[in-house]
Amino acid sequence: MPMAAEDIETLIREGIPDATVEITDLAGDGDHYAARVTAESFRGKSRLQQQRAVYAALGERMGGVLHALQLTTAVPQE
Amino acid sequence: MTDQTQARIGDLVNGSDVLLFMKGSPLFPQCGFSSRAVAILQHLGVEFDSVDVLQDQEVRQGIKQFSDWPTIPQLYVKGEFVGGSDIMMEMYESGELKGLLADKGVAHTA
Repeated sequence: MPMAAEDIETLIREGIPDATVEITDLAGDGDHYAARVTAESFRGKSRLQQQRAVYAALGERMGGVLHALQLTTAVPQE
Repeated sequence: MTDQTQARIGDLVNGSDVLLFMKGSPLFPQCGFSSRAVAILQHLGVEFDSVDVLQDQEVRQGIKQFSDWPTIPQLYVKGEFVGGSDIMMEMYESGELKGLLADKGVAHTA
């Protein structure tokens, strides 16, 4: 069962409260998404640490119901 | 995951300079993300080994725990976890991946 874009956004924001989340439904099928997550709390962290924070917020779903998520993380620009 | 699987993955990771855990083979990737990871390594002209996790359920589950990373593909260079295909793409575009290979003394042609 695929996930709705809003559910992905909600989960990420629950896990990373200062995150700005943009979700794109890549294929229009509710199953292949791209997420861009920007958060001040990412500052000073490596890409691995930033993406792990997003994966932690998504929990067991990642690689399960949510199998195709293209992920970009960033810190806010000045 | 059994300790045995953990140890087997450790041996795989330490047995190759550049190792990609992927779905399918470099010639026939079975997933868009794996396909992208292969393309990046080929663009860099780096020799790499691959493990098809679809052929090995223990490794498929075990690697996620081993790396603390929930998705496939996963790239290791000289035993160190680099990331998945999104991180590979960002590092490729910024030149960091090439820099990492050079730092680790891994031959590449591009």
